[in-house]
Amino acid sequence: MGALDELTRPAGDDDHVGGVPARLVAAPASTGEAAALVAAARDLTVVVRGGGTKLHWGPPPRSLDLIIDTGRLAGVVEHAAGDLITVLRAGTPLGDLELGDQQLALDAPAAATVGGVVATGTSGPRRLHYGTARDLLIGITIVRPDGVVARSGGKVVKNVAGYDLGKLYTGSYGTLGLITECVFRLHPRPAAAAYVRSTAPAQAVPAILAAQVAPAAIEIDTATGELAVLLEGTPAGVRERSALVEKLLAGELSETAPGWWGRDPWAPDEIGMKLSVPLSKVPSLIDSGAALRGSAGTGVLYAAARDITEVERLRALCVRGGGHAVVLTAPAEVRDILDMWGPVPGLALMRRIKDQFDPGHRFAPGRFVGGI
Amino acid sequence: MADIDALALRLRAELGPEQVVTDRQELRTYECDGLAHYKVIPALVVLPHTASQVATVVRACVAAGVPFVARGSGTGLSGGALPHAEGVLIVTAQMRRILDIAPADERAVVEPGVINLQVTKAAAPHGYYYAPDPSSQQICSIGGNVAENSGGAHCLKYGFTTNHVTGLQIVAPDGELLRLGGRALDPPGYDLIGAFVGSEGTLGVATEVTVRLTRLPEAVRTLLAAFPSIDAAGAATSAIIAAGVVPAAIEIMDALAIEAAEAAVACGYPPGAAAVLIVELDGPAAEVEAQFDQVTALCDRAGAFELRTAADDIERALFWKGRKSAFAAVGRISPDYIVQDGVIPRTALPEVLRRIGEVAGRHGVRVANVFHAGDGNLHPLVLFDARVEGEAERAETVSGAIIDLCIEYGGSITGEHGVGMDKAKYMPRMFSDDDLDTMQLVRCAFDPGRLANPGKVFPTPRLCGERPGGGLAERFPGVDVF
Ligand SMILES: Cc1cc2nc3c(=O)[nH]c(=O)nc-3n(C[C@H](O)[C@H](O)[C@H](O)COP(=O)(O)OP(=O)(O)OC[C@H]3O[C@@H](n4cnc5c(N)ncnc54)[C@H](O)[C@@H]3O)c2cc1C
Ligand SMILES: Cc1cc2nc3c(=O)[nH]c(=O)nc-3n(C[C@H](O)[C@H](O)[C@H](O)COP(=O)(O)OP(=O)(O)OC[C@H]3O[C@@H](n4cnc5c(N)ncnc54)[C@H](O)[C@@H]3O)c2cc1C
Repeated sequence: MGALDELTRPAGDDDHVGGVPARLVAAPASTGEAAALVAAARDLTVVVRGGGTKLHWGPPPRSLDLIIDTGRLAGVVEHAAGDLITVLRAGTPLGDLELGDQQLALDAPAAATVGGVVATGTSGPRRLHYGTARDLLIGITIVRPDGVVARSGGKVVKNVAGYDLGKLYTGSYGTLGLITECVFRLHPRPAAAAYVRSTAPAQAVPAILAAQVAPAAIEIDTATGELAVLLEGTPAGVRERSALVEKLLAGELSETAPGWWGRDPWAPDEIGMKLSVPLSKVPSLIDSGAALRGSAGTGVLYAAARDITEVERLRALCVRGGGHAVVLTAPAEVRDILDMWGPVPGLALMRRIKDQFDPGHRFAPGRFVGGI
Repeated sequence: MADIDALALRLRAELGPEQVVTDRQELRTYECDGLAHYKVIPALVVLPHTASQVATVVRACVAAGVPFVARGSGTGLSGGALPHAEGVLIVTAQMRRILDIAPADERAVVEPGVINLQVTKAAAPHGYYYAPDPSSQQICSIGGNVAENSGGAHCLKYGFTTNHVTGLQIVAPDGELLRLGGRALDPPGYDLIGAFVGSEGTLGVATEVTVRLTRLPEAVRTLLAAFPSIDAAGAATSAIIAAGVVPAAIEIMDALAIEAAEAAVACGYPPGAAAVLIVELDGPAAEVEAQFDQVTALCDRAGAFELRTAADDIERALFWKGRKSAFAAVGRISPDYIVQDGVIPRTALPEVLRRIGEVAGRHGVRVANVFHAGDGNLHPLVLFDARVEGEAERAETVSGAIIDLCIEYGGSITGEHGVGMDKAKYMPRMFSDDDLDTMQLVRCAFDPGRLANPGKVFPTPRLCGERPGGGLAERFPGVDVF
């Protein structure tokens, strides 16, 4: 335990995950330090902590010895503007990024870290146009649960050499090891942007898609009954396109986003869900009476469910339509009796992947699908 | 070959006699893919009609301990579909049904043997198309595209195959038929689709693919710009990107590639050009018009001596004809050639091209350059005449040096053609042993018996849970490798 003593400190009152207290905390400052730490922690159960903004979402770990905090694993390694890429350490808060007239087109809370956003596969309104972390991530460095450092992808956008481990780590919730560095493709910041706000129903979405206006986002919110469209581009282009959408939806042009844009629709004591359905099923989901908000242009929406019955109802609706429904967060009282993930096709194969990467089941045990 | 005979017998009974090929002459037609200098005659070829027949074949292979290799159209350029001499080649040519075109979901569901361009043709009447457009799109299969994570000229803006597949049905290497994802996005759990796409047939056989359909753009504008030097064309590319424009495509061809294209398809590019740049913009008309003027001005400023704008689809097709036929066209000016597929950071373009020129000059070899300039994906065509003593070796040397240059500048050994058989030996130059070992953990999860397309991608196979081993000769009995 000698090495471990040097690399860790005893946990404090705030060092717990979903109510499970940790014994130790470590904050390595480099991939090398992290690898030494993970190698020394071979007998410990581990949860990785980024900004901690959503660490308590998801099921609590079955067991927790060590929290690896990525707070010191931060900073921009490289921003190659001419190549439209950036290399970021995993603990870098997204809100800290200064990329000039370029952007990393991920919607996430400012305090959320690069590693946290990748590990959860977080997405927001602009996924319609830019895709999600899985689409923007072009290279990754990880520390395996056995302490081995590995890399896949690289610093060029186009690259098919070897398996794309970045895809596997995106949305892996820290169950396959620690992400230490990510390479992303960047996009130019648009010169102009405008929102069109309307009270048109979800049935109007196909008309927007058919109009060839290439929207960056189409968001819907049942609480306000609003449908809002984001258009990005050149000043002249945005003016013309937004005028068209304005007419199409009998909407109103706005320079700013509606207050609900990109925010979770649930209150702290409610159950928060992520729903995903084929595009043609969005209207019937919206008409189901649930409190929904999200991307009507991609079929990925968020719901506030009142109770387990509503969770089951929404899940049935999504699954029947060819989609899925995952509980992201729930009050402590119901968390233990909820099936957070729902049905997961391919689970047996996922278990085999976990067994290969983390045979001791030490990283975030029990936090993922099927108890992985 | 007793195993194979028994296997053939069993599969004839379970599928249908006409779906199992054992005739030596017929087997020979499958001996290579697009990279014709690797040849292996498969022990058996099977042509399944359905996913469940694929599962039957794979289960029979597992039971007999016989390796299997999937094959689509055989246009791959890295020897990915190179058969195994003692294995079964599973050809998807009989699985060519488009199962659904669903514009309301913005998806198409197709069998793996469906030809890339057929998806676009089926979707076009609805106002949609399938965005990934490899130059081989008239002949390559969607299953092959999935396995290679194929790209195309328009992937700069629209992404690669991996960004367009939302659902897969696969036969895993243990013979199990699995559905992953579908029409909805973000299925829960590990991204197995992301792991499968680009795995070059080593993680199983795709038997059904759900892809995104993309709304046809309102406007398309194409510019052909001729430059007095390749550096000037590179500078124009950098200026366009720096201006914040994301074109649908930016392609460059150098003088030698232009010469070949003229000889083959008479594309009529401006005479005397040391390089031509093709820039295509698409999207809402209002955006495209504004940006097209900007791009034209930037090319002018970078020293273009002639600028042509495609007046209509016919002229646009002519601009592209020269570019898209470049590989085949090179046959007009050289009996043999090696196509490379390295990637470099776009900004290193002028420097790397200069160094490629130096290496080529030193070895007395001609290199024609065609590339996806927007994303730094080079396709140097290293020309040689195999009948001339020593030329093939010199071309091979130059080809290897180009790969080293790509790695030196922080790029990749392959941008879209895949590693396959051909580039496995270069993988350790780009990745550490630990990197390769970690990738193979995925392989071990899918295919611990290593029966799915063995010997491809990784130079040294990982024995799942055991020590590594296995040489090239052992893995490819009977293969001619040069
Ligand atoms: C179950 C769940 C689902 C979520 N889904 C969505 C969503 O769909 N949309 C949305 O807007 N937000 C979602 N979030 C919220 C999202 O996590 C936050 O917006 C943000 O991405 C978290 O960043 P963070 O740095 O605060 O990470 P934390 O809250 O500290 O950690 C979040 C998760 O990522 C893991 N993690 C963090 N850093 C690393 C690393 N370097 N290597 C490996 N693992 C790491 C943690 O172990 C934990 O599982 C989800 C969160 C959870 C837990
Ligand atoms: C003239 C020419 C131009 C080209 N241009 C481009 C280009 O612009 N961009 C580009 O990316 N590529 C290009 N290629 C390469 C090639 O066309 C692509 O790699 C294509 O995706 C291969 O498809 P295929 O059906 O021919 O596959 P094959 O060559 O038959 O197989 C390729 C690989 O896929 C595997 N495979 C095939 N089907 C399946 C399946 N159903 N399930 C699992 N694995 C499977 C095989 O085992 C093999 O490893 C070009 C090739 C030629 C000849």
